[in-house]
Amino acid sequence: MIGLLTVVVVVLAILAIVQIVRVFELSSEVRKDDERENQLKANDYNGKLMLLFLVLMMGGFIWGTIAWWDIMLPKAGSEHGVKTDNLMALTMIVIIAVFMITQPLLFYFAYKYRGVTKNQKAEYIEHNNKLELIWTTIPAVVLAGIILYGLTTWIDIFSNEFDEEPIYVEVYSKQFGWNARLAGEDNKLGYANVRYIKGANIMGVDPDDINALDDRVVSELYLPVNKPVVFRFRSQDVIHSAYMPHFRLQMNCVPGTTTQFAFTPTVTTSEMRQDKGVMKRVDNINKLRMEAGEEDMYEFDYVLLCNKICGSAHYNMQMKIVVVEESEYNDWLKKQTTFAEAI
Amino acid sequence: MAQVAEHLDGTTAHDNHDAHDHHHKETFITKYIFSTDHKMIGKQFLITGIFMGLIGMVMSLLFRLQLAWPEQSFPILETLLGKWAPDGVMDPNIYLALVTIHGTIMVFFVLTAGLSGTFSNLLIPLQIGARDMASGFLNMVSYWLFFISSVIMVVSLFVEAGPAAAGWTVYPPLSALPQAMPGSGLGMTLWLISMTFFIAGSLIGSLNYIVTVLNLRTKGMSMTRLPLTIWAFFVTAILGVLSFPVLLSASLLLLFDRSMGTSFYLSDIFIGGQVLEHAGGSPVLFQHLFWFLGHPEVYIILLPALGITSEVISTNARKPIFGYRAMVGSILAIAFLSFIVWGHHMFVTGMNPFLGSVFTFTTLLIAIPSAVKAFNYITTLWKGNLQLTTGMLFSIALVSTFITGGLTGIVLGDSALDINVHDTYFVVAHFHIVMGLSAIFGLFAGVYHWFPKMFGRMMNKPLGYVHFWITFVCSYGVFFPMHFLGLAGLPRRYYANTAFPMFDNLVDINVLISFFAIAGGIAQVIFLFNFFYSMYRGKKAEQNPWRSNTLEWTTPVEHIHGNWPGELPTVHRWAYDYSKPGAEEDFVPQTVPLQPGEKATGH
Ligand code: HEM
Ligand SMILES: [Cu+2]
Ligand SMILES: [Cu+2]
Repeated sequence: MIGLLTVVVVVLAILAIVQIVRVFELSSEVRKDDERENQLKANDYNGKLMLLFLVLMMGGFIWGTIAWWDIMLPKAGSEHGVKTDNLMALTMIVIIAVFMITQPLLFYFAYKYRGVTKNQKAEYIEHNNKLELIWTTIPAVVLAGIILYGLTTWIDIFSNEFDEEPIYVEVYSKQFGWNARLAGEDNKLGYANVRYIKGANIMGVDPDDINALDDRVVSELYLPVNKPVVFRFRSQDVIHSAYMPHFRLQMNCVPGTTTQFAFTPTVTTSEMRQDKGVMKRVDNINKLRMEAGEEDMYEFDYVLLCNKICGSAHYNMQMKIVVVEESEYNDWLKKQTTFAEAI
Repeated sequence: MAQVAEHLDGTTAHDNHDAHDHHHKETFITKYIFSTDHKMIGKQFLITGIFMGLIGMVMSLLFRLQLAWPEQSFPILETLLGKWAPDGVMDPNIYLALVTIHGTIMVFFVLTAGLSGTFSNLLIPLQIGARDMASGFLNMVSYWLFFISSVIMVVSLFVEAGPAAAGWTVYPPLSALPQAMPGSGLGMTLWLISMTFFIAGSLIGSLNYIVTVLNLRTKGMSMTRLPLTIWAFFVTAILGVLSFPVLLSASLLLLFDRSMGTSFYLSDIFIGGQVLEHAGGSPVLFQHLFWFLGHPEVYIILLPALGITSEVISTNARKPIFGYRAMVGSILAIAFLSFIVWGHHMFVTGMNPFLGSVFTFTTLLIAIPSAVKAFNYITTLWKGNLQLTTGMLFSIALVSTFITGGLTGIVLGDSALDINVHDTYFVVAHFHIVMGLSAIFGLFAGVYHWFPKMFGRMMNKPLGYVHFWITFVCSYGVFFPMHFLGLAGLPRRYYANTAFPMFDNLVDINVLISFFAIAGGIAQVIFLFNFFYSMYRGKKAEQNPWRSNTLEWTTPVEHIHGNWPGELPTVHRWAYDYSKPGAEEDFVPQTVPLQPGEKATGH
């Protein structure tokens, strides 16, 4: 019944609008509105609206940047993250500058040259080699700079040169959770394949590999500060992506192969919690949580999120990472059960 | 040329071979359904595309409800989604399915078939001075393959376990294993079958466009006198022919992996409590194949929109397009480069870092021809006599979004920066603005501009303006704030952001975005109304309402089979003699011979 009524109302509404538009059009025909005259008026107010839009857009952009500054990620917690952030800052400055130049030109011209009189005439300009050369060269030069800077950073991130022996950690993903495996005293990860998965051996570690015996499987990862870490990523079922936004680190976990990312965490979790920027964000979040009636308060932690669509609980696939001083890390490590003990 | 066209026409449409003389004797079926007339086929593509677009848009509004008010109950969700929204709360699986089908529909069905299919069909013969496509019959087949593929895609929404839900990129193993998600069962099979039909149709169409542009140009229409629309459609068709077959192969291999036990993409998988037999395949291989199509695809979407814009801006600025040769050159450069950048979608798949460097380099190179295009558009406006018709407004909006979205591409194309924004909302913002909005604006510009050519009537002007302004404001309102979400580290394809307290401060932005989305969605009703109303009741169009130079406006308003009643027109000049000094009017159609003493533009 309600369905029928809705249909009737919609149909009547459409009919009504048809009639209104019809009357409107007929009346303009009766008035013998000159088509060109009409268009000139439309040009005038649409050109002005273009200018208004420009103001709104620029205002909105500036307002958003200020208002939302503090929702963007806080400072990087890793060595390469700082470099990435610098590159990002420079790139942003360049593209925002271009945005701030080209958009006003576009909308201002749309306003300035709107046709408002009958005898306004456009200037016949086909091309201009000098101008075209300029705006091919300038982007080319600026891009060359960005490319060079970007590639240096990229190669630096993946150079895999370490001043000291790195720690090897395997990050293991499956629907829908993470585990990590630490290499143990020998700092060598034992061989693994999903075909070995059985009972407590949830990561499919080869029990016959002596390197595996001292490996430790954990579901919350501690890392020592200022020591290079090599993450090896594996997946048990579908592709996942290990995303650690605070380290500016991401790598896909691909079944059938391992991928790798080496980095050095430089800020401990507790230092991060003391950071001004982080505190500001956390306070704000807690205020919002209180307003929303949440009980428990948020505290900063490094997290690992899944960032490749992987199924129904993709949105809730996380692992906590804690960065601590080396001594604390060693204490923690000792408390974890080894693979030999676990099976 | 004319004879060739006539000859082809006569052999392909033999059941009504005397159509020129008594086209009114066509039956309803041959005129409206199995038509071989390019103008009718163009309209068929448009209406199918609009219908699919409506589905895609409603889907986006549904998941915007979920994103702004996660896991709250909305009766409308239960009405539309049934068992997938018990008590009006959306299920995570259907969220992913909606996102997937929304993306698929928008990219392929609306902006590939609906945009390129409509305007290539309508404009190629009309603007080059041909009686029809090289093969009217294949052209009809192309549309019907697209139609079948649309039907299969829509049917897949109703299967028991739900439609495909692995994202529009359907990466295996997720898309290959029914154990991995419900959508990877029958829904995924139908998705692949639908895409197979789609690709077949698109290939036939593209081949037809290429042959037509090369062979059926009328006398005097040299390649350098082609309007930029035709250049864009022509190059787009070449891109499609070279890249779609790769997606076809990729899909077929995926079908084999799914149903015949092959292991192209699968290896070492433990799922549902057991190890699968598959060994030796590589999921990353699929991504290479997919993006070998996928990246050219974004230009298959964008180039026709840019072509339309060039034409509409030049006509309505009453000025030649600035730097015609540079525009053609940049289309060609973009097309070429688009084949060697696909790896920028895969920087964090564990690819060799050196390879990553190469892809960064080629990707950022594309910024140069793109910048040239943007500057040329802006300069075309400069010192013009701008007629701000609805088509013109959408074209200017396109230039704006093309710039905004192109600029964030410089961030994403830089491998070092992509590490941290890959697959976040920053990407969603980028591709919606540069590809989604730009192409949709191009589509709207085209519809408003060529509506009189398609239906012989004008669209209602005030309604057009209202539609434009709400759409434009809401578009930026929806997608601009998403940059900030991405920079906050928010991953895309998340059903809800509530599992991470660190995202609790993003709720306001998500609500704001959803409000803009709903308002923007409602504005499309105005467009739909205007479109269908004007089709039947709109003001009758004059022959050349925008006082334009190109050949399509020399045909009679009433459509006739063969386009021109008498001989085909002869072309004497390029398409952009607007406001030429010495000319009487501010436009000189391409069919007007050079006046004594008039200098031909160097083309
Ligand atoms: C009504 C306007 C639209 C809204 C509100 C909208 C919104 C969204 C949102 C929120 C997502 C999900 C992002 C994620 O979770 O990853 C999405 C995905 C997507 N949209 Fe749109 N969109 C709109 C129009 C378009 C248009 C015009 C296109 C054409 C290119 C498009 C193409 C896509 C694609 C390709 C995806 C990715 C699907 C996937 O992740 O598999 N959308 N859209
Ligand atoms: Cu996952
Ligand atoms: Cu790409």
